[in-house]
Amino acid sequence: MVPELGNFALILALCLSVLLAFLPLLGAARNNQVWMSLARPLTAGVFVFLSIALVILAYSFVTNDFSVQFVANHSNTTLPIYYKITAVWGGHEGSFLFWTWMLGGWMLAVAIFSKSMPDEFVARVLGIMGALAVGYILFMVATSNPFDRALPLPPTNGADLNAALQDFAFIIHPPSLYMGYVGFSVVFAFAMAALLSGRLDAAWARWCRPWANAAWAILTVGLALGSWWAYYELGWGGWWAWDPVENPPMITWLLGAAMIHSLAATEKRGVFKSWTVLLAIMAFASSLLGTFITRSGLLTSEHAFASDPTRGVFILGFLGLIIGSSLVLYAIRAPILKSEFGFGSLSREVFLLANNMILVVASSAILLGTLYPMVYQAVSGGDLISVGPPYFNAIFVPLMGILAVLMGIGPIARWKRTSLAHLRQQLTKVVLASVGLGVVLPVLLTMGVPLATIATSILALWIVFAMLRDIQTKIANKPTVLAGLRSLSVSYWGMTLAHLGFVLTMAGACLTSIYSVERSVLLQPGQSTELGAYTFRFEGTRPVQGPNFVADEATIVISRDGKTYKTLYPQKRLYTASGTPTSHMGIDGRVLRDLFTTLGDPRENGAWSMTIYIKPFVRWIWIGSIFIALGGIFAVTDKRYRQFKVKRAAAVSRSSATLAAEGSQ
Amino acid sequence: MKPHRRKKLGIILFIAAGLATAIGLSLYALSNNIDLFFTPTQIAAGEVTPGQRIRVGGMVKEGSVEHSQQELEVSFIATDYAHDVRVYYAGILPDLFREGQGIVAEGMIQPDGTFKASRVLAKHDENYMSVEVKAALDAAGQSAPGMPAGVN
Repeated sequence: MVPELGNFALILALCLSVLLAFLPLLGAARNNQVWMSLARPLTAGVFVFLSIALVILAYSFVTNDFSVQFVANHSNTTLPIYYKITAVWGGHEGSFLFWTWMLGGWMLAVAIFSKSMPDEFVARVLGIMGALAVGYILFMVATSNPFDRALPLPPTNGADLNAALQDFAFIIHPPSLYMGYVGFSVVFAFAMAALLSGRLDAAWARWCRPWANAAWAILTVGLALGSWWAYYELGWGGWWAWDPVENPPMITWLLGAAMIHSLAATEKRGVFKSWTVLLAIMAFASSLLGTFITRSGLLTSEHAFASDPTRGVFILGFLGLIIGSSLVLYAIRAPILKSEFGFGSLSREVFLLANNMILVVASSAILLGTLYPMVYQAVSGGDLISVGPPYFNAIFVPLMGILAVLMGIGPIARWKRTSLAHLRQQLTKVVLASVGLGVVLPVLLTMGVPLATIATSILALWIVFAMLRDIQTKIANKPTVLAGLRSLSVSYWGMTLAHLGFVLTMAGACLTSIYSVERSVLLQPGQSTELGAYTFRFEGTRPVQGPNFVADEATIVISRDGKTYKTLYPQKRLYTASGTPTSHMGIDGRVLRDLFTTLGDPRENGAWSMTIYIKPFVRWIWIGSIFIALGGIFAVTDKRYRQFKVKRAAAVSRSSATLAAEGSQ
Repeated sequence: MKPHRRKKLGIILFIAAGLATAIGLSLYALSNNIDLFFTPTQIAAGEVTPGQRIRVGGMVKEGSVEHSQQELEVSFIATDYAHDVRVYYAGILPDLFREGQGIVAEGMIQPDGTFKASRVLAKHDENYMSVEVKAALDAAGQSAPGMPAGVN
């Protein structure tokens, strides 16, 4: 009975979102205040019913209701309670409900934090998001209903949650990734509303920017968590594999990064308006494409959900409809979005444009590599190919290098027009210092320095020094350094943090790729092997009993210079309900390097195969990502958005009062 | 031509040239970095040149897995139930590697007709079969055994 209530809640949410997709938009077109004012209550209703559906699905998991097919496929009585609740997003149907609920959450947030915007604009934004909700809920009800029953003969116990998902990161990675991903639909709706109303000015950019920054910052967290999880869970010591399902969020992230920079120029200078809108459409389209790739089963991937052609067709149709109609609207309306001001050929605008070019080219190249196998198969009549990491690295690494060079100059260049003399005066010392130290430091610290290390350290120091130089110039005429630092705006600190994060992530990714070493060995208990400066002694294994698994746990004693340094306990687990084996790594994580051990399988004579890795600087990748995300969040909290809101609210209430007065005449 | 028009044209030309270069370089990188996929039947028919980096997909034949007791090396037979290919791999097999399950191996065919793998992939979800393995079985006219219909 309870699951039917969930189904009922879903259908009610569908009905309300259909109303939301029509009435407020029509109201905005016909200037009908009553219809427009329905947007907020309808949004709240959609969110409430989606929440009820989600809670009921979680309740079915907690109460072991295996008559629900989705619960039977993804849970088991022995599953710990925290995985039972989070198993809601452990498979296609439930995760899509969760995804849709996230959309509802963003809609509610827009409804609440939009008091300062004109009613007409809010009605359009919520109406467009309502239309998206219609598509998502229809998809669920038609092809992937999480409340479908396994009747008349429900299984006595469930098939258990996929063993590889039973990990702490599973509790936090999908929510943050989905939240970031779905957040881009807010920006998309803002862009569509701007096209519909033909109004795209600095005020629009100011309303849009916090949402774009928030979605992008959260997506950064989601991506970083995914990378960290893959690193410690999959057991091959990698942190990014250019897997077809990893790539779409990366594409969205890159387009999102381009968009928040372009949006900055739109707000400050009134330029790149139609380009910003196009980026918003592309970023959102790439998020839908990610959904399509993950859920249609067309590509081979670590992440792909089981395939079902009808789902693929539905999503592709939805994708075509959304992208098609938004591009048509763009084509009709974009010409009216004129730039208000021009800019010189050497200005911050030009550097931002170059930034956008690089990010868009990088994301297009990743898209090409991701879709190429699919296209090749279709064109060649079934021949299968795969595109490996060498392709993606060959494209991505040089582009990020150019981006790093620009990242030093961009913030120093002035809006509108900047002189070469100004840049030279600001940056000559920076260039000398970063090239000098960039060569000397690595050579001093290590023997045998590859060119790639020197390039990495020069680029990293270049950005950091340019950043310091910019701060120095900005606070030069303040009485004290502290007063100067206080005078810098929160969004400036946001940018600085995010750029610093980029430096850390870039340096970590490059250095760990250059200096990681690994060794796969077969060891008898008592035997040891050496790697780098460390000796790894395998002491043997012992059985361990977990809540829903049994494991062999190895003891590996690591010593350095004859002194015991650390003991690691990697496990080979067998999840009893599903009979699935997984590896649990033993990791000693430090800021400067990770020691990483993974257990293979036993031989009859008692020996175990295992792989040992030393991964210098690998943690910098994720520490840098945290900085990037924090930078985005900082930018959202800049008080200029709030101050503006108060003034705006006053202005809007005045103008609507005027309108009402005019209307009554 | 008015100056601002000329500037606009300059920007557009610059963007177009940049995009063309980027697409050219991408396609070049792509052509050098694709791995073709072969089935055991195609390998048996001699369609692969030794030394070419390829992917092979198939099921791990029951009872074919041999672990070396002294070294890391493992060998097994990948089959599409029409033809077999013996795969050698010096590394740690993925967790979901099991006899009777689908795998994809990356590596090169050796002159003696065996396959030396640099990487072996198995799927996370045992109900899910890789597109490549499924294609291999379909091509050999075999249905996939033990594939529950309509899972998920």
